[in-house]
Amino acid sequence: MASSFLKKTDFKADVVIIGAGLHGCSTALHLALQGVSVIVLEKDYAGRHASGVNAGGVRRLGRHLAEMPLSVASAKIWQEIEGFVDDDCGFRSSQQIKVAETPEELSKQETRVNEVRQSGFHHEKMIDQQTLREMLPNVSPHCVGGMIVEDDGYANPFRTVQAFRLKAQSLGARFREGTKVANIKRERGIWFVGCHDCVVEAPKLVNCAGAWGGEIAKKLGENAFVSAIALMLMITARMPAFVTGVVGAEGRTLSFKQFPNGTVLIGGGHEGQANKDDNTTHLDYSGLAINAHTARTIFPIMRSTRIVRAWAGIEGMTPDGIPVISPSQADDAFHGFGFSGHGFQLGPIGGKILSDLVLDDKTNLPLEPFRIDRF
Amino acid sequence: MFTRVNKNNAKFVSISLDNQTVKVRKGLTVAAALLEANIGHFRQTPVSGKPRAPFCMMGVCFDCLVVIDGMANQQSCLIEVCEGMRIERQIGPADIIPEKPEDQGTKP
Amino acid sequence: MTQHYEIIVIGAGPAGMAASQTAAKHGAKTLVLDEQRTPGGQIYRAAEANEARQSVELGKSYENGFSLVKSFRNSAVDYVPGASVWQLSHEREIGYSKDGTAHIVTANQVIVATGALERPMPVPGWTLPQVMTVGAAQILLKESEIGIADAVFVGTGPLLYLVVHQYITAGIPVKAVIDLTPACNYFKALAHMPNAVFAMSRIMEGWRWKREIIAADIPLISRVDDVRILGDGAVEAIEYRHKSTWKKLDCDHVLLHQGVVPDVNISLAAGCDSRWDEAQACWHILVDEWFQSSVEGISIAGDSGSIGGGVAAEQRGHITALGALMRLNKITPVERNRLARPYQASLKTEMQVRPFLDTLFRPADNFRMPEHEETIVCRCEEISAKQIREAVDLGCQGPNQLKSYTRCGMGPCQGRFCGLTVSELIGKFSNKPVCAVGYYRLRPPIKPLLLDELANMKNQPEN
Ligand SMILES: Cc1cc2nc3c(=O)[nH]c(=O)nc-3n(C[C@H](O)[C@H](O)[C@H](O)COP(=O)(O)OP(=O)(O)OC[C@H]3O[C@@H](n4cnc5c(N)ncnc54)[C@H](O)[C@@H]3O)c2cc1C
Ligand code: FES
Repeated sequence: MASSFLKKTDFKADVVIIGAGLHGCSTALHLALQGVSVIVLEKDYAGRHASGVNAGGVRRLGRHLAEMPLSVASAKIWQEIEGFVDDDCGFRSSQQIKVAETPEELSKQETRVNEVRQSGFHHEKMIDQQTLREMLPNVSPHCVGGMIVEDDGYANPFRTVQAFRLKAQSLGARFREGTKVANIKRERGIWFVGCHDCVVEAPKLVNCAGAWGGEIAKKLGENAFVSAIALMLMITARMPAFVTGVVGAEGRTLSFKQFPNGTVLIGGGHEGQANKDDNTTHLDYSGLAINAHTARTIFPIMRSTRIVRAWAGIEGMTPDGIPVISPSQADDAFHGFGFSGHGFQLGPIGGKILSDLVLDDKTNLPLEPFRIDRF
Repeated sequence: MFTRVNKNNAKFVSISLDNQTVKVRKGLTVAAALLEANIGHFRQTPVSGKPRAPFCMMGVCFDCLVVIDGMANQQSCLIEVCEGMRIERQIGPADIIPEKPEDQGTKP
Repeated sequence: MTQHYEIIVIGAGPAGMAASQTAAKHGAKTLVLDEQRTPGGQIYRAAEANEARQSVELGKSYENGFSLVKSFRNSAVDYVPGASVWQLSHEREIGYSKDGTAHIVTANQVIVATGALERPMPVPGWTLPQVMTVGAAQILLKESEIGIADAVFVGTGPLLYLVVHQYITAGIPVKAVIDLTPACNYFKALAHMPNAVFAMSRIMEGWRWKREIIAADIPLISRVDDVRILGDGAVEAIEYRHKSTWKKLDCDHVLLHQGVVPDVNISLAAGCDSRWDEAQACWHILVDEWFQSSVEGISIAGDSGSIGGGVAAEQRGHITALGALMRLNKITPVERNRLARPYQASLKTEMQVRPFLDTLFRPADNFRMPEHEETIVCRCEEISAKQIREAVDLGCQGPNQLKSYTRCGMGPCQGRFCGLTVSELIGKFSNKPVCAVGYYRLRPPIKPLLLDELANMKNQPEN
């Protein structure tokens, strides 16, 4: 309805961004802050997928070394998030601990912490069994120690996406939801992005299409091996406050945290099935069972809590588990997708990097490992 | 008052509620047994601490939650009483219960 | 290895018992899962125990269940009592827990026969201890031979009168009956009388029950259009508005009821399409003439699809099973049609009384959409009608967003005691039809399951 009244100029901008997850919204915001006009195209609604339904962990702990400089830069923005987007995004600065259950795991962690030190980062530290028990009084006694980052944290994912989007919008960014990109053409130095009810024109294009990023890349003539996975999460009924911060495990996949209202979120990268075409996800209960078993093993008091809900979010996964953040081989196009299960924390910096690439063709963070042509 | 309709012979078992022994009829659900004992409320809500007692008796409302033999969040309207059962009112979001030794497993 | 069946029936009420018997009779490998400890469902709950002790108070229609339960016990089905189903996927994978362990089973055909729930009745004070549903009181009577002496019965619907009748027969003192049937309903229901003549005996029974209440000197207060339950930590009194004046009645127990509605959570979570039924003011699962839902291989028998009552549930159970058997190639379409005919005929007669009952006992708007703003709507998270209005004022469009705004519907009952109220209230506050507002998006587990149960499902540590 409304679209038939839109003026032609409504579909013109300096930059067109595909995807309104956190990275798309963040890119829009960083560009809008520079006075650049942007249109964001989203096939569903902002935050519908990975960005809005993830576990909300804001962690540097245990990151891939290639991501470390980005993650550290992002952490700085997170600490000031309210000043940046006018909303605290539910962000709470807190510790993140990765528990070691055996001496072997502990020594593996020591090696890791030294490696990180040698790369010049000092936020990861080791803690011994006694300190661990002081910090997590309810941790199972068999846990022997762990590594910690004291000032990581967690945030509310949907609220975060909303905040970035609203702030970008207040600075003039235009969002079109329910608008799926069908085809992309380039003529006379302009990108023409065709959707079911409009064609958007912009000299520059940014692909932030998450699990669908590979499809967009293909339309630009590039192959990016990104697959769609469904990451499962569960949440419990309210429990008494018994754990602060976010807890993971060295030898098993776990992400565990308690919200101020007492409910506990249990995640850990177990996968269900994702269907990219109709947005549906299906849970794999044997994976959730392993996840529940892990939670109970690390925190025995979990056994009598009730799982109230479980769900899965669709995420883009690359073969090497780190994202594509890269100029395209096509002119004036850029990629930021495939965050492989840990892109929420990178959201604030991801948008900054892409806006730098769009505006200056360069950024001061090392992007070599994230090139699209590495596969 | 909750009362028995037929006063014919019945078998009894002993259970405890908050450490006090109560004799209850065999074969009842925990909720029915505690109601028959007219114990008042079963739990206090985690949100406001208000008292609650069974509302639906068919497993839907979760207002009958109690701690049974150390396990919190048990739907008492679906579980049968048995001799020696230890029951506690569930106050707020269920107190942290002592860990059972078998849970302190080591990593295999 | 996951166990596999040709037909899995969820629920052992009249619909489930009938469906599974028919299924087994034609050679389908059949499993029945039910949360209760014995077969019977809500209507024939504890039928075997009551037959054994020759209870008289439960009445003739209850005794109809004895033979059904007996033939169910004698049929060649695997029956697992005490099994709480917490997941049904569109691929017909079923998760259930029993005695602290979770199991997964699969089937070619699934028949959902999970029955009905009592409609939420959000009035001030309905969360106090000593306030129960009338259905709960009946369960105590059937299952445990427990009566609640001197309770005030409040509400509308056949079950309310039935249970008062059962109470009187059992000699349990009743303090008062406050009838909330809106006066205008009697007039509207008259229009459906001609179709209901086949069920005249049942309608007459209702009148007899009413006379019985009066004969027993129990105050029967009708024309009441508002109530609130008073008390701090325990029920002290009930106040009601009778012909525009508020009156107060001291009491210790209040029993509420305003009809039953389908338990749709499991079907919605499996992805079955539904629609809002304005006459019954609840959601119905869309089914074809063999009660198959929009999801292939998942059928809905009995009250869990739409309310038809116990007798209709039994007929629908048989018809549903015949449909499933045909899809399994156990019978031909011709056989299916022939075998179904008698059940379809009885079902048709049985359903003719529905419009009359639905109209007569349709609860008044203010008992579905509370006007006292402090009334708790979501019992679990203690969210009031006022908080819902405020969320709508802030731009909340529907039940799923309401969860993010207020946590309404996010507690352990998973919206079963607030979902209908929430959809209708949002519709009212935002001036939208209920079908446009929609219902909670349901996620498994459809019943909260203990973490321990899930962890035990595959107690296999990694590596
Ligand atoms: C509390 C109550 C009392 C009632 N009393 C009467 C009465 O006295 N007389 C009358 O005519 N009508 C009564 N009704 C209405 C009557 O229940 C229905 O008309 C009739 O029983 C419908 O039959 P059904 O087979 O569809 O469902 P039901 O009889 O309700 O059977 C469904 C079965 O499914 C089981 N179930 C549900 N969910 C799950 C799950 N997730 N996992 C495993 N099992 C599950 C239930 O435990 C139940 O045994 C009552 C309704 C209620 C709610
Ligand atoms: S009384 Fe409602 S769930 Fe037990």
